[in-house]
Amino acid sequence: MSRIQESVVIRTVVRIMVPFIEIFALYVIMHGSSGPGGGFQGGVIFGAGIILFAMIYGIKEGKQRMSDKLSRILSSTGLSIYAGTGLLCIVFGGMFLQYDVVGLLSLDPARVSAILIDVVEIGIGITVLVIMISLFFDISPPEEEELQFSEEEKQ
Amino acid sequence: MNGIFEFIAAEFNYWIYVTLMMIGFYAMIAKKNLIKKVIGANIFQTAIFLFYISLAEVEGGTAPILMHGHDGAHAVHEVIYVNPLPHVLILTAIVVSVSTTAVALALIIKIYQVYGSIEEDVILAYRKQLAPEFSEHARQKQEGEQ
Amino acid sequence: MKIAALLAVILAGGMLIYAGQDLPAFGDPNSPSYQHPITEYYINNSLTESGVENIVTAVLANYRGYDTLGETAVIFTAGMAVLLLLRRREI
Repeated sequence: MSRIQESVVIRTVVRIMVPFIEIFALYVIMHGSSGPGGGFQGGVIFGAGIILFAMIYGIKEGKQRMSDKLSRILSSTGLSIYAGTGLLCIVFGGMFLQYDVVGLLSLDPARVSAILIDVVEIGIGITVLVIMISLFFDISPPEEEELQFSEEEKQ
Repeated sequence: MNGIFEFIAAEFNYWIYVTLMMIGFYAMIAKKNLIKKVIGANIFQTAIFLFYISLAEVEGGTAPILMHGHDGAHAVHEVIYVNPLPHVLILTAIVVSVSTTAVALALIIKIYQVYGSIEEDVILAYRKQLAPEFSEHARQKQEGEQ
Repeated sequence: MKIAALLAVILAGGMLIYAGQDLPAFGDPNSPSYQHPITEYYINNSLTESGVENIVTAVLANYRGYDTLGETAVIFTAGMAVLLLLRRREI
């Protein structure tokens, strides 16, 4: 691999920082209901953590953390969580995304609504983080092995 | 003179957003490079975000997160909250901005792979040479003949 | 060409600044958007109706849930569009 490696300082700092960035992203997603935060913001922070890792350690290392197949599965999973929450409300006799009709564990309607809003935020967060990472991997230049592969394919 | 200064100071947010929007607009219509056009579109969008967020601002207002909310209905009413609706609209608009930028960059990569350039005039000249019947010049000539 | 672009920009900017004089001042509590009843409704009722303290989240996920579902679909579609445009080999 002819790629120039980043300096030891940057590599070490990134390896230490990335887990903290991702813990912070999960915190932002889960505190969307009681403080500043939410699915979009937390998802972008989580995606930025993995993009930072992939920028410093190379696309190949990054793809080991988030493979193409996994990203394709997860991105539709997040959207399905959101739409499924809406359909759950229809099952319980309300309208699409009318959270307070869901009678889970005979809780107060506002409490149920808060729980379902958290579920929806998690769905948004999964979609956003996976799409951010897959956008970066798609737009990034191809690895050398892949270039050789495609040239062999042409011949 | 003092009046003019106060007039500018009272509405400085609109001046800033108009300036930013015009920078983006100029980049979109005057630059030949496609990447610079996309950057211009992004600056234009940012100006609109700032405009909406500045409309939400209220004197002495705080972020729209209710304080002491855990005891149910007794939200504190003395606190002034800024208008939450523009924040929501812009939160979703930022996502659309990211999506359009990503698709635009992907299209530019495709254009570069096909034409070998991202300069607008080079691409147009190449298209003209490639398929003369589709060029702007040929179309105008045809219309003139009819 | 650049002169024409500059003229268009100055014209459009002048029109925007002229129109902006009628807009409310920065931080004005009497601005139409803050005086509209929906703002007061969101601030007073979002906690009892949707159970979350963050009004932005309440509006985003509860009152405007369709909008946010569409937004998530937009970003999903953008990801798929970039994937299809730049796919390097068969999946």
